[in-house]
Amino acid sequence: MSEAPLDQVHLEPQYATARQQAETAALGMWVFLATEVLFFGGMLFAYTYLRATFPEGFAEAARETHVVIGTINTVVLLTSSFTMAWAVHAAEHDRRRATALLLAATALLGLLFLGLKGLEYYKEWQEGVVPGLNFHKDGPNAHVAAMFYYLYFMLTGVHGVHVTIGIGLVALMAVRAWRGGFSARYFTPVEVTGLYWHFVDLVWIFLYPLIYLAGRSGP
Amino acid sequence: MTTATFTGKAEQPTRGAQASYLTAEGFTLRSWLLTKDHKRIAILYTISITLFFFVGGAAATLIRFNLVTPPGLFQPDTYNRLFTMHGIVMVWFFLIPSIPTTMGNFLIPLMIGAKDLAFPRLNLLSWYLFVIAGVLGLVAIFAGGVDTGWTFYTPFSTMYSNGYVVLALAAVFVSGFSSILTGLNFIVSIHRLRAPGLTWYRLPVFCWSNYATALILVLATPILAITLALVAVERLLKVGIFDPALGGDPLLFQHLFWFYSHPAVYIMILPGFGVISEIVPCFARKPLFGYKFVVWSSIAIAGIGFFVWAHHMFVAGISLYAGLVFSLLSYIIAVPSAIKVFNWTATLHKGWISFDAPMLYALGFIGLFTIGGLTGLFVANLAFDVHATDTYFVVAHFHYIMVGGMVSAYFGGLHYWWPKITGRLYPEWWARIAAILIFFGFNLTFFPQFILGYLGMQRRYASYPPEFQIWNVLSSAGASILAVGYALPLFYLGWSLWRGKKAGPNPWAATGLEWRTPSPPPPHNFDVTPTVTRPPYQYRPDPEPQDV
Repeated sequence: MSEAPLDQVHLEPQYATARQQAETAALGMWVFLATEVLFFGGMLFAYTYLRATFPEGFAEAARETHVVIGTINTVVLLTSSFTMAWAVHAAEHDRRRATALLLAATALLGLLFLGLKGLEYYKEWQEGVVPGLNFHKDGPNAHVAAMFYYLYFMLTGVHGVHVTIGIGLVALMAVRAWRGGFSARYFTPVEVTGLYWHFVDLVWIFLYPLIYLAGRSGP
Repeated sequence: MTTATFTGKAEQPTRGAQASYLTAEGFTLRSWLLTKDHKRIAILYTISITLFFFVGGAAATLIRFNLVTPPGLFQPDTYNRLFTMHGIVMVWFFLIPSIPTTMGNFLIPLMIGAKDLAFPRLNLLSWYLFVIAGVLGLVAIFAGGVDTGWTFYTPFSTMYSNGYVVLALAAVFVSGFSSILTGLNFIVSIHRLRAPGLTWYRLPVFCWSNYATALILVLATPILAITLALVAVERLLKVGIFDPALGGDPLLFQHLFWFYSHPAVYIMILPGFGVISEIVPCFARKPLFGYKFVVWSSIAIAGIGFFVWAHHMFVAGISLYAGLVFSLLSYIIAVPSAIKVFNWTATLHKGWISFDAPMLYALGFIGLFTIGGLTGLFVANLAFDVHATDTYFVVAHFHYIMVGGMVSAYFGGLHYWWPKITGRLYPEWWARIAAILIFFGFNLTFFPQFILGYLGMQRRYASYPPEFQIWNVLSSAGASILAVGYALPLFYLGWSLWRGKKAGPNPWAATGLEWRTPSPPPPHNFDVTPTVTRPPYQYRPDPEPQDV
């Protein structure tokens, strides 16, 4: 792609026009995101059900999460969505350098998110709240805390995998943009990657209150 | 873009003028393994699932062999592994991919007048995922097997089972992503790649059925994937949310599992509805009766199918009120299924019926599916289900739908489109013999199981009280006939590949865009993008000129 002249769109044989091809790619990503919603939905259902069953145990465990790191991470990820949206806008207006730099910024913010998440995991390992591997909680609600942390690690872990894939895609787009692979006529990959990145961000918008804020309201 | 209309005689397909998809890319293995052509990928899938069909069938053979005598031939543990292998292989490696990945892949682009699916590379990736999943599954089987049943119920699967559970879970997990990608491709292709003039209500019912199936594939499969991942972690780390010993809830697993697996039952029948809706009008030489009802009943089944899952759990400890709601919803979903049966029957009315092999399968389908569907109402009934749960009544019920229904539809479709796929005609008399053998073998195998279940024989046991033997012997006898019926096509279809008569573009004088291109089709299906000017199945009163 990088060697291709600026405005050359590679049209697959099954499409009549470049526009049809671009819109089809976007629809494909939307359908994929529908799948993803249900993928996280299974775990969120389990979370909701168990939290309704063990409200006190869940609140107690949730109060011990690292809310400061979680909040900073929320800001980081929301900012990355902003740079992503800006990157798509820049691509639309044929601003090659801006597109590449904004995509790079998005990827770096994603890396920062993962770094902070890693720090949080490290602290949790030291605190002994990693079920199955290193879990040292006592008390009547210890088994509920184990389930809370199990879901916490599964949810944030699967989310982390998505962020990692997202960083890879965004970085790839940044390189392609820098080499002049996109133009106002052809920026579908940036747009589609943007959809994915916003989805990953959106998942976090649900995880943040469920994990960090659930136990902190009320008595 | 050039277009041509198909109302005149102007564009008779010219055979032999160009290479077909079978020859255009060459004959090397590489040209097949790296192909992006939906038709070649369909062939790859056909070969793969045929292999799995016979693996699952071998397990079924051993099961029926074991049940001929009450003490059984195998140790209970071996028997558990056999029926688990049969279930996992048949559900995830044959039935779910069966029609969508083979005929769906091959025909949807042809039927909508497109050159390929929307995402050809994704299509190939989906096949590779399927192969990886299949290899994982086969490794799990040959390393020693799994004894959980295809349902992986917790806490048995997470704590007590000593089989290769995690490997089997990984196999199903990966196959799930293969399904999702196929579903995604179908949805997007049908939305975006229809030929000019091919409005939604001119779309063949086969496409509608696969569209409805794809909705389920995309929206239900991820739930299975994540649930099985949770089970695998719970098994590996002995920590989780499904085992009561850890404070978890096995019912939570069952809810999540059936939230996928009941819609999956419709994945395993909706594409069959599509095939039958193509075959019946063609061999009755009449338009499909109540096209819109058939179409919307597919969508209704896909939708309502998401809200009936807990009828698998009536005796598992759900509340009476939940039971009532799910029972009622399960009755309601029988309505769209019945609409289809009535519509096919009405299509036959005053039709000019010919009994070629595809039609024999289709007629068999209608009868067997009706029995399967009606007995579904029995087990949707709370009181009767208490009696029938986990008995052979349930086994017979779902085999009437999945084997009597879906496998018949698969074979019907395979024969119907065989000339299109291979360019050759199959030997009609052999095909009719196989169809009839399958119909009688099937009934002899599974009808006795209704009686066994009603009398109280539990499923999943290697042994049984001696008074049940006569019905079991009948069932096993039927299975041997069924096995011959299923093996026959392997020979005569294989023979036809080399010796069959050339088919020509439209041997059945059928409507539909797939018959307007040479058999086998050229690499990009159509030389000029077709334009559609009329609804499907116009066999009467005025078939299109070149059909006559």
